[in-house]
This record gives sequence, C-alpha cells and structure tokens, in this order.
Amino acid sequence: MREFAKISRLNRRQFLISATAAAGFLSLIAGRADADAPALERSKQFEETFAKLTRGATPVANKITVDLPELADNGNFVPITMIVDSPMTDADYVKAIHLVSTANPVALVATFHLSPINAIARVQSRMRLAKTQDVIVLAELSSGQMLMSTTMVKVTIGGCGD
Amino acid sequence: MAANPRIKLPDSAKIGDVIEVKTLITHVMETGNRHDKYGKLIPRDIINTFVAKYGEAQVFRAEFGTGISANPFVSFRMRVPGPGVFEFAWTDDHGVTTVATAPLTLT
Repeated sequence: MREFAKISRLNRRQFLISATAAAGFLSLIAGRADADAPALERSKQFEETFAKLTRGATPVANKITVDLPELADNGNFVPITMIVDSPMTDADYVKAIHLVSTANPVALVATFHLSPINAIARVQSRMRLAKTQDVIVLAELSSGQMLMSTTMVKVTIGGCGD
Repeated sequence: MAANPRIKLPDSAKIGDVIEVKTLITHVMETGNRHDKYGKLIPRDIINTFVAKYGEAQVFRAEFGTGISANPFVSFRMRVPGPGVFEFAWTDDHGVTTVATAPLTLT
C-alpha cells in the first residue's frame, strides 16, 4: 500500500512535468506558425516612397496611435485616425504626418502638415486600400526625428482598380 | 467637380480652447486606374491640395494622393487664437479651387 502511494505520487508528478512540457511545446509551435506566416508584399514604389520620406534613416516605432479597422469590408472607404503623442509647442511639434500604403497603386496616400497651433497632433480621414496590406504612418517632428507606426488591415473588397 | 463643401465646427468656443474642425467635399476622386465600360482608362481627377486658414494664418494643409477616398473627409484640431473666420480651399487636378468660409462663434 505504501509502495503503491509512492508510485502513484511519482506518476502524478511525472504527468505534471510532461503536461507542462507538452503545453510549452504547443505554444512554441503556435509561435512558430505565426512567425512563418508569409510576409505581406510591399511594392517597389512603396520602398522608394518610404526611402524618400525617411531620407534613408530608420524611423523610431513609437508615440503614434493609429486607429484602423482590423478588417475592412470595403477598401474604398477605410476610416483612419492618427494621433501623435507630442507636446505641440513651438520648440517641439509634429511638422507632418505621412500616410503610406504598402500595396496600393500609389504608395503615398496623403501628407498632412501641422504646426503648434494644432495643439493636438490628431488627424482623421478616409482612405482606399487595394488589398490586404500594412498601412504605415510616419510622423516628422520639428527636431527632424521620424516616428513610425505599422498597422495591418485585411481587405475583403479592394478599393482602387475596376 | 468639387461641390457641396461641408464644415463642422463647435457651436461656440473660447479663446485657448482646442477645437475639432471637420471638413468634407463632394468629389469623385478618380484614381486613374479604373476603366469605363468600353475598356478605356478613365483619367485621374482628384483633389490634390487642401488648405485651411484662420484669419490670415494657415492652420492646416494636406496633400492628397489617389489613396484618399471619394468625397475627401479631413478632421484636425486647432487651438483658438482669437476671433476669426475659417477659409478652406480644395484644389483639383484641373487647377480649379473651391473655397468655403465659416466664422467661429466665440463666447
């Protein structure tokens, strides 16, 4: 009886260890699957536009909040809100917000020019998305620094061609 | 053709308030990528520039590409510097500018 209890406790422990290991392994597989998802295609024109806007520098992925639907049923009409965390003072403000699409026929969707009088760097508009892609928002600060935000939007019906 | 400019301002504001300015204008924003029923390419025709002035000062400007939706809508914020009148101007690919003005009511 004593012997049995010992064995069973051991088994239970072994079971817990193996279960934990299995769970860890499964989550590892799930993580891998995500990383292995095909990267979204980015047009050559996007790469050129991006290089021109950033002048070759790498923007900091920081301080921009972009509100876009995760899934756009109609790519002709996708509402977007861009908010840059900035004091908007004469010394430190957002000069421009560039809205760039990675897979539209024309990559540069719009440029919005701001100044300290705007007080809050928040711009809303409506954009077209030809297909599922990343939407990139670049904020150009008065200091010359560039900030960036990337948002993926799945598009059901494209909004650029016929 | 741009038509029917619509402007939404708060009913009233105080000097120093940050207000939201919403604008919308009716325009097809033809991308230049679409074909008509005979298969002919429809030429590009978009509003490419939007300028907002308050009094004499420019308070906001935007350059649009073909990726902006038809009937372009823009909303931005502004700190009220004093009494004044807004003047909004939309310019299309033909160089035609549509202007709309709206006074801001101060309390």
